[in-house]
Amino acid sequence: MSGGRDVVLGRIRRALADVPAAERPEDVAVPRDYRTTHTDDDPARALDLLAARLADYRARVHRCGEQEIPRRVAELLAERGSRAVVVPGGLPSAWLSRAEGVEVVTDDPGLTHARLDGVRSVVTGCALAIAETGTLVLDASPDQGSRRISLIPDHHVCVVRAPAQVVASVPLALPRLDPARPLTWISGPSATSDIELDRVEGVHGPRVLDVIIATTDG
Amino acid sequence: MSRTDLGMPAFPRAAERATRDQRLRGNLRHATHTIRAKRATAVAELDDWQRLRAAGAAVKNRTLRHLDHYLLQAEAAVTEAGGTVHWAADAAEANRIVAGLVKRTGEREVVKVKSMATQETGLNAALEAEGIRAYETDLAELIVQLGHDRPSHILVPAIHRNRGEIRDIFRREMAAWGRPAPEALGDDPAELAEAARLHLREKFLRAKVGVSGANFLVAETGTLVVLESEGNGRMCLTLPDTLISVVGIEKIVPTWRDLEVFLQLLPRSSTAERMNPYTTTWTGTTDGDGPRAFHLVLLDNGRTDALADTVGRQALRCIRCSACLNVCPVYERAGGHAYGSAYPGPIGAILTPQLRGVTDPLDASLPYASSLCGACYEVCPVAIDIPEVLVHLRERVVEGGRVTRHGARVTIKPAKGHAAERAAMRAARWTFDHPRALRAGERLASRTRRLHPSRLRVLPGPARAWSDSRDLPAVPPEPFRDWWARHRAAKGERE
Repeated sequence: MSGGRDVVLGRIRRALADVPAAERPEDVAVPRDYRTTHTDDDPARALDLLAARLADYRARVHRCGEQEIPRRVAELLAERGSRAVVVPGGLPSAWLSRAEGVEVVTDDPGLTHARLDGVRSVVTGCALAIAETGTLVLDASPDQGSRRISLIPDHHVCVVRAPAQVVASVPLALPRLDPARPLTWISGPSATSDIELDRVEGVHGPRVLDVIIATTDG
Repeated sequence: MSRTDLGMPAFPRAAERATRDQRLRGNLRHATHTIRAKRATAVAELDDWQRLRAAGAAVKNRTLRHLDHYLLQAEAAVTEAGGTVHWAADAAEANRIVAGLVKRTGEREVVKVKSMATQETGLNAALEAEGIRAYETDLAELIVQLGHDRPSHILVPAIHRNRGEIRDIFRREMAAWGRPAPEALGDDPAELAEAARLHLREKFLRAKVGVSGANFLVAETGTLVVLESEGNGRMCLTLPDTLISVVGIEKIVPTWRDLEVFLQLLPRSSTAERMNPYTTTWTGTTDGDGPRAFHLVLLDNGRTDALADTVGRQALRCIRCSACLNVCPVYERAGGHAYGSAYPGPIGAILTPQLRGVTDPLDASLPYASSLCGACYEVCPVAIDIPEVLVHLRERVVEGGRVTRHGARVTIKPAKGHAAERAAMRAARWTFDHPRALRAGERLASRTRRLHPSRLRVLPGPARAWSDSRDLPAVPPEPFRDWWARHRAAKGERE
C-alpha cells in the first residue's frame, strides 16, 4: 500500500520538475470574474424561477402558504394511492396530520431496504433549493432523514420553505452547505439520456417528484 | 488496459470497418446531432460561460501543478472522516486492491456505478477472474454488459445501439443475469427504462458492496462527488455496507468552493441540462446513513506520464463531459470502438497515447484520428487545446524523442509503420512549399469539372476505398486561391 503511495508521489514530483520550487498553489491565479448569480435580487422572482425550472424537468410544483402544507401533503398521498409513507424522524408532525388512513413509517437504521421498497411515498423537507437550476438539496438533517428514504420509494414529496430556503444560484448554494454531511442534489425525477441521447424520466429513483413551495408569510 | 482492447487494429482500419456500417453511422449521427443542439442552448443560458470555462481551466491547472500537495491533503481529510485511502500506480495494482477489499467482505458480487476509471483498468474482467461478479447498473453500461459489447462513448456507452437493438438485447439476455425482461417488451425508451428498473431493483436491495468512480474529489474536505441521472448511482453509493471508489489522481479540485464552477460547467456540457437529476456528495462515512466502510483507491496508471509532458499535461484537466465527442466529425463517422480504449473521440485521441504510450500501432495512430477542425476545443468546458496536443503527439510519433513512461525518462524511436505518414507529411510540406504546383493542380481540377460526374459518389481506382465511406464534395468552378487573388485585386482598385 505504501509502495504505491511512494511510487505515485515520486512520479508526480519528477513530472513537475518544471514548476518552480518556490511556487505555492495559490500563486496559480484562478480568475473568479464569473457571475455569482444570473438572477436579480428580487426574492419573488427567484421563487417564480425555481417553480419554472423544477417544472421544466418534470417535477410537479405546488405553491401554498405554510399552514396549507398538511392538506397538500394529504392530497398528494391520496392522489398516488399511497397507503404507507416513510418520514424522517424530525419531520414536523403537523405535516402528516391530515393524511388519514396512511401508515406512517419512521426512518430508522433498523428498517430494511426491502421494507422501504414496499412503501410507496416519502415526505421530506430540504436544506435548500436552487432557483436557476431547479435543484433541491437534502443534507440528511432531522427533517430529511437518511439518503435512502428519498431514493427507494417511487414518490417523493419535498417541502421547500420559502423564501428562507431558496437561493438563486449554485455559487450561492455551496457556502450554505456543510460538506461533512452527506448531500443529495435532486433536479427533477430520475431520468436517463442513455437511449439515443434523448431524455426519459423515470429510472431507479422516485419517478414522481412533488415539490411543495410553502411561503412562510403567505 | 482492459483485456478487450488486446489485438485492436489501428484506428484507420477500425474506423474503416465502422464507417461501412450504415446503421452505426445512422445511430451516431442521430444521437450526436440531438445533443449538439441541446448543449448549445444550455450553454447560451449563461452569459458568463467563457469566464466559467477560464476559471475551470485555471482551477485544474492549479491542481495539476501542485498535485502532490492536494493528494496528501485529500488523503488526510478522507482518513480523518473515517475512510481508508489506497494508492495504485497502475491498473493491475488498482484491480488487485479492489478484489482484495471485496474478498475481505466475504461477498462474491458487487454493484457498480458507471466509472471511466474502472473501465480503463478493466476491473470487471479482473474481478471475474477472482470469482467476483460485477453488475453494471447504469442503463447504457447495462446494455453494453448484457450485449457482450464494448462501450463507445464516455457518457452514453451504448450510443451505438438504437432502441430496437436495446429491446432485443434485453429480451435475449436479461434472464441469464437475473429478472427477465417483461414478455411483451417494446422499444419505447420509457418501457426500456422500466425494464432496467425492475431488473436491477433486486440487485440494489441485496448488494453488500458498491464500486464507483467519482467526478470530483475535494482536497480540503475529502469530499467525493458523483453526478448521475438515473438514481443507480445513489443506490450503489448509499445502500451497500462497503463502498469502494476508484478515482484518477487528476479528479482533485482544491476547495469546496471550486465546485461552483464545475457544477455549472459539467451538466450543461455533458447532458445539456442545467443540472443533472442526481448529485451525491459524501465525506468518509456517516453513522446511520450509507456505507459503514469507505475505501478510496487513487489511480495513476499513466497519468503522471502525461503530467510530465508540459504540452500534453492539459489533457488531465478533462472532466469527462463528452462534449468533444458529440461535435467531432471523425467520431460521428468512425464511432467509439475504433479508438480502442475507454476514452474515445478527440479526448481519447490525446489521452490514450499519453496514458499508454505510442509504441502500440493503435495508440500511435490515434493522434491522426482528427481533421484538426478545432470544434472539440471550442466546446471543451476546461478549454483543453486538443488540436495543439494532437499535433504535439503526431510529432512524437513521427520523430520519437524523450518521454516519460511508467515514471522513467526514456527515448522512444519513431514509431514503425509511420513511414507512410512521414511520406505524406513530406508530400504535404512539398506542395505547400511549392505554391505553383498546388495552384496548377487546383486549376486543372476546376477546368476538368464538366468531365466530373454531376454527383460523384465513388472514386475510380485505388481511391475507391476512400469514397466508400464518404460523399465527395463538388469541385468548385474556381480555385479559392484564384478567387482570393481576384477579389483582393478588385478591392485594391476600389480603395
